Amino acid sequence: MQVKRTPKTYDVCIIGSGASGGTAAKVLTEGGLSVALLEAGPPLVPETDFKEHVWPYELPHRGAGVGGRARQGLEDEFLAPNGAWEIEGEPYVSAPGTRFRWFRSRIVGGRTNHWGRIALRMAPVDFKVRSRDGMGDDWPLTYDDVAPYYDKVESYIGVFGTKENIASAPDGIFLPPPKPRCTETIIKKACDHLSILCIPSRLAILTQPHNGRAACHYCAQCGRGCITASNFSSSQVMIPPAQKTKRLTLITGAMARELVVNKDGKVEAVSYIDKATREENRIHARAFIVAASACESARLLLNSRSTLFPDGLSNSSGVVGRNLMDTVGSDGGGYFPQLEKMPAHNHDGVGGMHMYLPWWKFDRKNDFLRGYHTEFGGGRGMPGVGDYDDLCDDFEGYGSALKQECKKKYGTYIGFAGRGEMIPNENCYCEIDPSAVDQWGIPVLRFHWKWSDNEIKMAKDMQETYRQITEAAGGIYLTSTQPDGPHPYGIADGGVIIHEVGTVRMGERPATSALNQYCQAHDVKNLFVTDGASFVTNADKNPTLTIMALTWRASEYLLDQAKKGNL
Amino acid sequence: MPISRRDILKSLTITAITGSVLRVIPLEAAAYAHRMVRAEKAAAENQAYAPKFFSAHFYKTLQSLCQTIIPSDDDAKGAIEAGAPEFIDLITSENKEYQVALGGGLMWLDNTCLDRYGSAYLDCTPAQQKEILDLIAYRKNAKKDPSLGQGIEFFGFLRKLTADGFFTSEIGIAYLGYIGNTFVKEFPGCPPVPEA
Repeated sequence: MQVKRTPKTYDVCIIGSGASGGTAAKVLTEGGLSVALLEAGPPLVPETDFKEHVWPYELPHRGAGVGGRARQGLEDEFLAPNGAWEIEGEPYVSAPGTRFRWFRSRIVGGRTNHWGRIALRMAPVDFKVRSRDGMGDDWPLTYDDVAPYYDKVESYIGVFGTKENIASAPDGIFLPPPKPRCTETIIKKACDHLSILCIPSRLAILTQPHNGRAACHYCAQCGRGCITASNFSSSQVMIPPAQKTKRLTLITGAMARELVVNKDGKVEAVSYIDKATREENRIHARAFIVAASACESARLLLNSRSTLFPDGLSNSSGVVGRNLMDTVGSDGGGYFPQLEKMPAHNHDGVGGMHMYLPWWKFDRKNDFLRGYHTEFGGGRGMPGVGDYDDLCDDFEGYGSALKQECKKKYGTYIGFAGRGEMIPNENCYCEIDPSAVDQWGIPVLRFHWKWSDNEIKMAKDMQETYRQITEAAGGIYLTSTQPDGPHPYGIADGGVIIHEVGTVRMGERPATSALNQYCQAHDVKNLFVTDGASFVTNADKNPTLTIMALTWRASEYLLDQAKKGNL
Repeated sequence: MPISRRDILKSLTITAITGSVLRVIPLEAAAYAHRMVRAEKAAAENQAYAPKFFSAHFYKTLQSLCQTIIPSDDDAKGAIEAGAPEFIDLITSENKEYQVALGGGLMWLDNTCLDRYGSAYLDCTPAQQKEILDLIAYRKNAKKDPSLGQGIEFFGFLRKLTADGFFTSEIGIAYLGYIGNTFVKEFPGCPPVPEA
């Protein structure tokens, strides 16, 4: 097979077009650099690819997908395109006795087309956890280093919220929040009674026109993708301005296989498979930004072995693939009889919660280290397949009585989702599987996973809290969990919360980290890893906003280096 | 020449390629495209549905069970009018596990009715049909009579799929009183919550 060589040398080649890759593309092209942006999936055409405003009865499968396989969970038919737990021809492996699940997107914009738009800043203490409790590691930078970039990201993408002055949840630059839904007023009242913080949420959704994008029209369907680009996605908000500069070359269907180093130990090219032709191509650039998502980025580095870097690129410390973290997740829910009496009304709102519970026990000693926040929702949403599974099992029977019961209980449930900080441990990592390759011939990842006691104690606290709140609100808590078994206190399997980070972590010491505070590889100066792989810890804040802030910071650093002629 | 849905979608695609991705889709065009989808579907519904998986006999049995699980009554039309049997047949035709669970379940029902009443389910009297359904509609009955276990499992699964088919239909959504899936300028918030 002939290896094609593209003669042009770009200033920067970015691998991955999601939250990180999109941000880098915008900042670098606007800064004057020429950029090649590689995406493993196809282009995205919102106007035809998104199923916004489609009713379930307009689809033959009603949203259940072919064969009914998408009756529940993230893989429903309405979801914005190409996000999946399993990708045909691109497998991954969990080591025997462990379970890890990996949600991947192969599409321009990556998982920002699907994410919950929850945009939370890490708190000052989140960057210095080891100094505080002796576990994990401190970041090589502080909140003050990142704060100006949180400002830039929020100002540009638009995030709603309120100034609250809470130590665990720093304020940002906010658009006004939407009014609460009924479910939210009920929980807020109960939380006030229990002295649990419950405040307007912080979501990257526009409640006002912003930077040329229209305000939200409140259809609650952000996960389907937004035709008016009123929520944030890299595909609709970061990549278009980069394209406008005429300095961006977007290459889709490009599956990066290996970073190629020259004799000086610098990356000179990326080899990728053109999925359409199955041919191998190369892109040459002066600098490379790997932003393929935490585990995919680790995979690319580990698969880039050479005489100079026998253990994989930027891996002299051996940390690549290690320190894999997800978020601690435990969910529960209850039935709230007062909601039966609500008159029919439009409950949609934005595509996500209007209020949430930030970590509120930061000022006391708990049974576990670190903290969690709580997302919640429910009420009179658009009916969907699988919604009546539990009721059918509980009520049983058939006929008009069943039909009436479904109507009576419609919109009376509220679910809580605890999202907490995991402490990295030596049992959670990914590595190259010794035997399997994907359909492009690229060795695949094998995952290892084990929660530690701290996470399980945190999940227990979540369950107790949600029961307490539900009962204080006059509801009946319906979730029951076991202290042992595969999911103690309902803790989700690793990867299920889709916040995997940490696999190419930054740090001050090259012996124990792969990157410096600018996401630049200690070992290879023209290589940057800017996605969640760079995280040192995984605070109870959804990582996307921090990924974008760190990328923006790294990109400005790279621009500065380019100006100084250091590329 | 009438404008087809394909034309509308094509024009939207062209907008996306030539214009900025940020350009807003005209709301009227979006609404029009959705109306076209519905009109096409309505035209197709005038023709009798040809089951993809179930034989004529078992499809009739499926329809009868759907109708019994969520009947048409004074409040609203039922699962048949909502298209639940078509939905169930379609996904079953694509799923081998469903084919065993539902195809086998319907045969279990006929076999059991033959043993008990001497006729297949559809040929039983309304009283006999009610008797067997009352037995398989509740899990507790398996404790008294373990031979009902498979029927209970089957009926429980069919009940969920029938609910899916009904409550995702235009009829079912209107019956529940869901209001939304629309464009509003400002989210109105919560109307007063009645006392618990």
